Amino acid sequence: MSPTSNIKTFTIDGKPVSATEGETILEVARQNGINIPTMCNKTGLTPTGQCRLCMVEISGSNRLIPSCVSKPEEGMEITTESDRLLKYRQMILELLFSERNHICAVCVTNGHCELQTMAQRLKVDHIRYQYLNPKFNVDGSHPKFEVDHNRCILCGRCVRVCDEIEGAHTRDLRNRGVKTLVITDFDTPWGDSKSCTNCGKCVHVCPTGALAEKGKSVAEMAKRKHFLPYLVMRRKGASK
Amino acid sequence: MTNEELLEIVNKEAEDNAKFRYRLGVCNVTGCIASRSNELVAGLQAEVKSRGLENEIQIKKVGCMGLCAAGPIISVEPEGIFYREMTPEEAGAVIDSLGKEPLHEKIIDTANEPFFARQEKNALENSGVIDPERIEDYIASGGYSTLIHAITEMTSTDVIQEVLTSGLRGRGGAGYPTGLKWGTVAKVDSDLKYVVCNADEGDPGAFMDRSALESDPHRVLEGMAIAAFAVGASQGYLYIRAEYPTAIKRMKAAIKQAEKFGLLGQDICNTPFSFKVDVRLGAGAFVCGEETALINSIEGNRGMPSLRPPYPAESGLFEKPTLVNNVETFANIAGIIKKGGKSFAKTGTAKSKGTKVFALTGKIKNTGLIEVPMGITLREIVYDIGGGIPNGRKFKAIQTGGPSGGCIPAEHLDTPVDYESLKALGSMMGSGGMIVIDDTSNMIDMAHYFMEFSMQESCGKCAPCRVGTVQLYNLLGKFQQGEATEEDLVTLEELCDVVRNTSLCGLGQAAPNPIISTMRYFRSEYMEKIKPSAPLAKEESR
Repeated sequence: MSPTSNIKTFTIDGKPVSATEGETILEVARQNGINIPTMCNKTGLTPTGQCRLCMVEISGSNRLIPSCVSKPEEGMEITTESDRLLKYRQMILELLFSERNHICAVCVTNGHCELQTMAQRLKVDHIRYQYLNPKFNVDGSHPKFEVDHNRCILCGRCVRVCDEIEGAHTRDLRNRGVKTLVITDFDTPWGDSKSCTNCGKCVHVCPTGALAEKGKSVAEMAKRKHFLPYLVMRRKGASK
Repeated sequence: MTNEELLEIVNKEAEDNAKFRYRLGVCNVTGCIASRSNELVAGLQAEVKSRGLENEIQIKKVGCMGLCAAGPIISVEPEGIFYREMTPEEAGAVIDSLGKEPLHEKIIDTANEPFFARQEKNALENSGVIDPERIEDYIASGGYSTLIHAITEMTSTDVIQEVLTSGLRGRGGAGYPTGLKWGTVAKVDSDLKYVVCNADEGDPGAFMDRSALESDPHRVLEGMAIAAFAVGASQGYLYIRAEYPTAIKRMKAAIKQAEKFGLLGQDICNTPFSFKVDVRLGAGAFVCGEETALINSIEGNRGMPSLRPPYPAESGLFEKPTLVNNVETFANIAGIIKKGGKSFAKTGTAKSKGTKVFALTGKIKNTGLIEVPMGITLREIVYDIGGGIPNGRKFKAIQTGGPSGGCIPAEHLDTPVDYESLKALGSMMGSGGMIVIDDTSNMIDMAHYFMEFSMQESCGKCAPCRVGTVQLYNLLGKFQQGEATEEDLVTLEELCDVVRNTSLCGLGQAAPNPIISTMRYFRSEYMEKIKPSAPLAKEESR
């Protein structure tokens, strides 16, 4: 390493840590056993900072920053847990729960759901907002998979994995605001998609039961969580 | 095109104009076109023709004269008379009056009318004077000479220094110092850089940029070209919303004319400086006024904001250094370079220099487009320039900054208009929309209206803005109905806090502002709507 090293030293929750060039606060925190809550982040995919759960405090600033996309600076003092952060995180989760129709008791991923797990972790036991109860359709036109938009939290992981890892870019978004919908191709039924390779990566990165394999009953749809980091690691190795 | 050739055009235009005994200008931008300005022009031309006076009277379509409440306006030169609310039916009478008694009942007393007297024009200097569809007219009023001067006799550092001296701050609303932004883009080393003009004006009640583009398109182009020279860019994009057809038509025509005259394109004025401008149309998303979303949209992607840093100055359009400025910012540039930054900085307050264009709308007599020196008080704008509140009603508040801003009540009317003072009141400068509210309006209704706007325009990327705005909107609905409880008030305030502090981009972060500011100044209106929390009714429990 050259004498002018790019290593940054800083603290997370009082613990001295260091980061190399390009590492985000979230990555460094995880390396040091600090588990910052995230929903949209997935190792192996480009972080987008859109779920806003991974916001952290920086001493000397009132502004919160999303740790998944922010790079640390020398001497930064980062706080990942505080009353304020917990309150915001709880409220954001409650907003997500109020947005669509998340009914665990009838969900294929009950017990394996990242949204459910996060709610338990952050001790969200009731929703203070009015449920919006929108009506969304279920698309079961694909022979192997199905999508239930009622359970989607618009984290964008399926869109990114399809584009960045599979290279198909079958999925994208339409509409805006709460009406935003993940679509296949030009909003054709999934089964009619010309670009979908039937790889199923989207299903397994989906944090909730929005994307599931067909034929799974309540609580049967456990996702394969580790294929993506492994795949990314192997690809990196191949390109070296 | 050289300076000499430019002067030739100036002289020729002066000669041509001198031929006419009378020159009539007719307001011809969107607002007045809707009030039959095109028919009025056709009527005037027909009347002139029927009298055989084509060589004596010139009829010219000009840009916005500002006093939209009295539009369409006809200006008569050399007399300097302005006629208000003209209709095509009155065309004959106007022509007949030339050289005789003017139409007294139609005259606007510009000398004594504070609407005109209190204004100070920089960005709108040529607005309402020149024909926006003719580059010759712009050149005749001194246009493009600044660009030629800059690229032949100044260095890019000189230009940036001049802009820094002027103290000009971004007119899109956030108020970042323009010179600093330019300096940053200039410093970044890259084979390709871009200059982008943000003409995606979307605030309800705002029409500053539209009027500027429609009234004086070349001025914006000149500003962009000077900026490109200063930062070392060779390609420009004008991002304009598709809902502005007249502005688009005039900008496209202006670009063609400037290219034909060699003022845009390759090797401008035989210097190595090349700059091309292309138009890109917005598809109607308010969030595309946010610079990162705008860049995504130009690239052909979904118009969603992305995170900063990296700032566009470093990695923007197609990951190249990009300068993004608002229409009005560019419209100020030619004047700054021509007269010097110091002269521009003479006007205004310590931190906010120059003049600012506002679209004055709502419950006010003189609806229109105004340009005023920074530091003028809101009272002067409302009561002098604006002429006060019509129908004998009382002033209640003025909303600045559109859906991202807030309202300012009567007790703060003596606040000077500058970036910091408005921010301290919980509002913001914004791009320049000013909506006057009288005592017939309820502030919850107003907050509800703006929240509906933000809710519909939220792109859907981050959760707090996407869902939070809907929940805020619904809560305000409960207040409107008188169904709200004290708990709802707490939830409303908490939600405003979370949406403001955790949203990804400026749209979400500023979306609760209309609620926060109406709660700050008109809290009683919210309290009145809270249902008294009755103890469990005995009849029901039995």
